[in-house]
Amino acid sequence: MTETTQANNNRGRSIDIVNASLKRRYARERRFRYLGLSAVILGLLFVGTLFVDIISKGYSAFVQTHIVLDVYFDPEVIDPDGTADPAVIARADFRQIARQPLRELFPEVSGRRDKRALYKILSSGAPYQLLDMVQADPSLIGTRQTVELIADDDIDMLAKGHIDRTAPPADRRVNDKVIGWVDKLESQGLIRKNFNTAFFTNGDSREPELAGIGGAVAGSFYTLLVTLSLSFPIGVAAAIYLEEFAPKNRWTDIIEVNINNLAAVPSIVFGLLGLAMFINLFGLPRSAPLVGGLVLTLMTLPTIIIASRAALKSVPPSIREAALGVGASRMQTVFHHVLPLAMPGMLTGTIIGMAQALGETAPLLMIGMVAFIVDVPGGPLDPSTVLPVQVFLWADSPERAFVERTSAAIMVLLAFLVAMNAIAVIMRRRFERRW
Amino acid sequence: MLNKTLVISALSAVLVSGTTQAAAARDYVSIVGSSTVYPFATVVAEQFGRTTQFKTPKVESTGSGGGLKLFCAGVGVEHPDITNSSRRIKQSEQQQCAENGVRDVIEVKVGYDGIVLGQSKRTTPLNLTRKDIFLALAKQVPGEDGRLIDNPHRTWNDVNPDLPSTKIEVLGPPPTSGTRDAFVELAMEGGAKTYADLKTLRGSKDEAEIKGLMKKLGIPESAFNKKGKKVFQAVSHAIREDGTFIEAGENDNLIVQKLEANPNAVGIFGFSFLDQNADRIHGAIVDGEAPTFEAIADGTYPVSRPLYFYAKKAHVGAVPGIAEYLAEFTSEKAFGEEGYLSEKGLIPMPEAERNQFRDDARSLTPMGAL
Repeated sequence: MTETTQANNNRGRSIDIVNASLKRRYARERRFRYLGLSAVILGLLFVGTLFVDIISKGYSAFVQTHIVLDVYFDPEVIDPDGTADPAVIARADFRQIARQPLRELFPEVSGRRDKRALYKILSSGAPYQLLDMVQADPSLIGTRQTVELIADDDIDMLAKGHIDRTAPPADRRVNDKVIGWVDKLESQGLIRKNFNTAFFTNGDSREPELAGIGGAVAGSFYTLLVTLSLSFPIGVAAAIYLEEFAPKNRWTDIIEVNINNLAAVPSIVFGLLGLAMFINLFGLPRSAPLVGGLVLTLMTLPTIIIASRAALKSVPPSIREAALGVGASRMQTVFHHVLPLAMPGMLTGTIIGMAQALGETAPLLMIGMVAFIVDVPGGPLDPSTVLPVQVFLWADSPERAFVERTSAAIMVLLAFLVAMNAIAVIMRRRFERRW
Repeated sequence: MLNKTLVISALSAVLVSGTTQAAAARDYVSIVGSSTVYPFATVVAEQFGRTTQFKTPKVESTGSGGGLKLFCAGVGVEHPDITNSSRRIKQSEQQQCAENGVRDVIEVKVGYDGIVLGQSKRTTPLNLTRKDIFLALAKQVPGEDGRLIDNPHRTWNDVNPDLPSTKIEVLGPPPTSGTRDAFVELAMEGGAKTYADLKTLRGSKDEAEIKGLMKKLGIPESAFNKKGKKVFQAVSHAIREDGTFIEAGENDNLIVQKLEANPNAVGIFGFSFLDQNADRIHGAIVDGEAPTFEAIADGTYPVSRPLYFYAKKAHVGAVPGIAEYLAEFTSEKAFGEEGYLSEKGLIPMPEAERNQFRDDARSLTPMGAL
């Protein structure tokens, strides 16, 4: 009896019901907050792992092992008749010049096989290094110079500790003899690790120690130049027309829907379109940044148009009304007042579109930009690759030394992307106006 | 604003005028084709660009089939001059070429490539036969009554009692790859042929016999083809799709890294990757032969294939450097016994064969009809 009255009393006080469920409600909120937080932490963890992995693999590619040798530019070999003719010098056997100091350092090495192994300490690019020196300064002929010659990629890997010295000799790329020679050079201080400038200036190569991203960076530059000079004016003009001048009817609705759809089309489709249109129909050259730029223009246009329209929309109508009110024409209103106010937003959209284009490989696959190209391109019509394609090609190369170069190229690409996005963020912060 | 428009239109005018010039002439050799030959062709191209006054050729990696399609599209500077191939040109492709006016084609065999079943160094190498490979990887294998059943084998021990009882886990290339084509043709077909019924089916052209064998093997009638070989290939080329065979993409380096992480897995890739990573992986023994340089060169290792490239005779003279590139590739210092390509993992041909292809390349002798 007493229990029922108590129960009735309790039911009557709603604050008790609330109190009873309060703990549960707080717990629920806490759980949700933790869930959100853990999602953020997990995301950061993934990005962190990615960065740590890439940087730990790639940082060593920014230094390159060199061997310091006392090179005698023997006139008998380079230019026996003393003609000083560049053509004669270019044909001279600079391999001999590069090998001579090694022979002097290791006089005990004899036998064809051993000698070959000894000469292989130097990169196959080393003779060309000497040729370039002589071509730049012919007075070097007949003199002795201390030169830092590029080491072979296997020696580079050994010096950087990427080769397991304890593994059975048959399974190592470098045998015990070569390790002995390298250790002797090292003890004499003749092995030097310098900053790898060639990595930034050279084009692609099949010798990892000679391969660089110079060609790919130039290719990316020309491709983005074409993309920017086409997609920005076209995108902005389309946005201005659609936002400020176009009548609102079914046709403009259809166009709007289609622009939004285009932004979601997989990029490889644009590559196929580019192949059919620009190469097969117009006869533009394969592998050229011009075609790559055109294809990427198609890809980035929707992004730029959407961002530009959003920027135009955010300019308050009162600005337009005021301009019209003091007698400006519609065109004057747009170009003197609306466009300058919308420009920061448009530029932000453009930079993000460009960053997207910089990281794109799939459409370029179809138009022949996935290729081995040694010469650094000098214009938008020379065959070239772009940075992400270079990463893709190196990732597929069997030589061990390309592993670190792949990661280093990724670091350079990421640095460009981060820089572009940072510029977009800074511009938005500085120039954005809120009404 | 007006200035900006002017700049843009001037820029596009420059671009357009430039393109018309570029389409008229090309001063570098354009090479397309197989991703297996790519590492060798690029080395030759680089060497060629450095030692001659010609520009460095452009080498695209499009796959053998894709390369031949581009190559056979026509004559003219907009089409490639040379295509690399990890298999011989097919009759149908030769016809396609001829229809588009590509008639005189120079065929050059460059050497051999072995296909390796690599494993982590931490394991003992599997001692396989081609029959074991077929039984481990085919989608359907002959059961006890001779009818084809879905592959029941889970461990290598199920396949052959002499093998260890580790799980079958194979990482291999996708169907678009030339390595996959060669693997199914050499290893899987070789294994399937050890079954009498399948072997007769392969050689049969008699409709009644094929239908009879198909019934005996339990192959549905819809798979019928007048050539028994086609039905045989449909059986022997089909690789299981139950997660035992993992398509690891074209990136062989990735397969090597995955093998290191998982010692039980077996990876399928070209010999050059084994050659470069001999401290981390070794190759399984196939039919009693380990995949070594010598065993592939003399043909005792069963899973090896020839590599080719094809050049257009009509382009020699129109594009500078083609004849010289052929000479460089077929020189003894490139594809010879001790040439720089052998350092990159290419297995050279015997001397007589090398001389023959060198003569063909130097004299620009086109190949005959297949």
